[in-house]
Amino acid sequence: MGRTLAEKVWDAHLVRKGDGAEPDLIYIDLHLVHEVTSPQAFDGLRLAGRTLRRPDLTIATEDHNVPTIDVELPIADPVSRTQVDTLRRNCAEFGVRLHPMGDAEQGIVHVVGPQLGLTQPGMTVVCGDSHTSTHGAFGSIAFGIGTSEVEHVMATQTLPLKPFKTMAINVNGTLRPGVTSKDVILAVIAKIGTGGGQGYILEYRGDTIEAMSMEARMTVCNMSIEAGARAGMIAPDDTTFDYIEGRDHAPKGADWDAAVEYWRSLRTDDDATFDMEVDIDADALTPFVTWGTNPGQGLPLAERVPDPEDFGDDNAKVAAEKALAYMGLEPGTPLREIHVDTVFLGSCTNGRIEDLRAAAEVLKGRKVASDVRMLVVPGSMRVRAQAESEGLDKVFTAAGAEWRSAGCSMCLGMNPDQLKPGERSASTSNRNFEGRQGKGGRTHLVSPLVAAATAVRGTLSSPSDLD
Amino acid sequence: MEPFTSHTGVGVPLRRSNVDTDQIIPAVYLKRVTRTGFEDGLFAAWRADDSFILNQEPFRGGSVLVAGPDFGTGSSREHAVWALMDYGFRVVLSSRFADIFRGNAGKQGLVAAQCEQSDIELLWKLLENEPGTEVTVDLTAKTVRAKDFSAAFQIDDYTRWRLLEGLDDIGLTLRNVDAIGEFEGRRPTWLPTTNPVTAG
Repeated sequence: MGRTLAEKVWDAHLVRKGDGAEPDLIYIDLHLVHEVTSPQAFDGLRLAGRTLRRPDLTIATEDHNVPTIDVELPIADPVSRTQVDTLRRNCAEFGVRLHPMGDAEQGIVHVVGPQLGLTQPGMTVVCGDSHTSTHGAFGSIAFGIGTSEVEHVMATQTLPLKPFKTMAINVNGTLRPGVTSKDVILAVIAKIGTGGGQGYILEYRGDTIEAMSMEARMTVCNMSIEAGARAGMIAPDDTTFDYIEGRDHAPKGADWDAAVEYWRSLRTDDDATFDMEVDIDADALTPFVTWGTNPGQGLPLAERVPDPEDFGDDNAKVAAEKALAYMGLEPGTPLREIHVDTVFLGSCTNGRIEDLRAAAEVLKGRKVASDVRMLVVPGSMRVRAQAESEGLDKVFTAAGAEWRSAGCSMCLGMNPDQLKPGERSASTSNRNFEGRQGKGGRTHLVSPLVAAATAVRGTLSSPSDLD
Repeated sequence: MEPFTSHTGVGVPLRRSNVDTDQIIPAVYLKRVTRTGFEDGLFAAWRADDSFILNQEPFRGGSVLVAGPDFGTGSSREHAVWALMDYGFRVVLSSRFADIFRGNAGKQGLVAAQCEQSDIELLWKLLENEPGTEVTVDLTAKTVRAKDFSAAFQIDDYTRWRLLEGLDDIGLTLRNVDAIGEFEGRRPTWLPTTNPVTAG
């Protein structure tokens, strides 16, 4: 009986197979650390007199709290500053490599790992952050963990885990112009729901996925958690190998050949079976936006705000009513007529160079609407430097957008980049939860193309609306 | 971790589905570097509204939260579990929990007990009709009881055992330290380390 990609990677990391109800003990190849979910874990190590087992498999960056302007100054918010300072002290004490604010490699943890070549096929990658699923785009098992698990990995480089079930998400067909991987994943979440993936590792398959760049694949895997799945994966192929080759931490010489030979084996066998399969027709997809307060509440941009009465299930109906009340929306309003105050381009979902290029292409020679503010926040300082070398920063600032330094920024508003109560955003980030981008803020999740077009028109729009 | 066998406390009906971790504790409350003191952040946005259930007696002192499906979705923040426990909750009942939240709960001694949605609905009615009703959650028997109501709940056997015994996961894993060392000896040498790479 054949095995799925997820099962192959799992089996290759078994330190110990669990007996009966006992979980398996799984080895962790890479542990990514940031300032928010680590201080209590470092404290736990200290209290128990334990060491960090593998600092050489651990890397830290400052991302959640960091301001995206005046980054050369001390952080103004004393509580944020304390958290960042605590990370610096902890990394120094336990010997962890850290990319702090001001460093050329600082950025969002899920942008930093891949661009350094630290994320490779067939690995196990964890971080105290649910969007760790991003790294599954390389064919690794990558998932978010809580702080107790962060401490566990620090102390043992392993995690006790029950095997996941497997779900194939088959995406076939050709994406129309203006339709992106963000639209694909929003459509997947709308189809299976925010709880549909619970207990599963998703494997995205099919010719649509195969045709995607690595960055597009990362966007898809990033939002697996929004469908309830801890992890999403894509089988590695030449696109993957081309992306990794030559990066700082990529294998070199004979090691490269040995690695690629192994990586080519990381495909779901033809006779393997998934616990569940879902099919998505890529030909039929159009730009997708969310209207509610969870990422499953999304629709094609051409649709209207739904009527809660049309939801069959009572829970879905109540959830829709609450969502529309929070979002300040009336059933039947065309989504294209929803006016936004803010456009946020960035985050671990859509803060990479291709995302910035796509948005800049739309904004070139155009202006952000006078009553809209647009924040462009690169996912890392390396992305920022790359964008500047291509002149993208000039395109953004000429259009009237703000060009910022790297960090999580308005995706979750732990730094000063927040929505005010009642303000509405079109955001390329991953969560439209109540208050996510600032207390009382209202979020519509969109692709970078929709974000840019929306900035120009001031209402939710796709680039085709600009012609 | 303190062992958990059974708990009896005031039940709080929370008639909401998809209670995500940004609702349980908004990001601005995550800046502390300690493991305690998160009670103020619990449901912070909702608690600003006087009509919210936790602002009403006798629910204010509740310790068994009865919530709608898909509880704990979103962020991996363990602060959500700390906030619930710091406030005084010992048990959350829901028909479906997000994976990471459930895992985090089990590490900290918060019982995430999975019930049928029909049982949740019955409990909601009972707790709303008779505010202050105490709910007993028996981890040994895997049952939840309140007045005449009684139902079974699900929790995975390993988590249940660890909670009953109050066992520390890291201590358990370190019993396998030799196996971990042997595994490390078998890892391919081309796997990356985070040691800085010098140009060349």
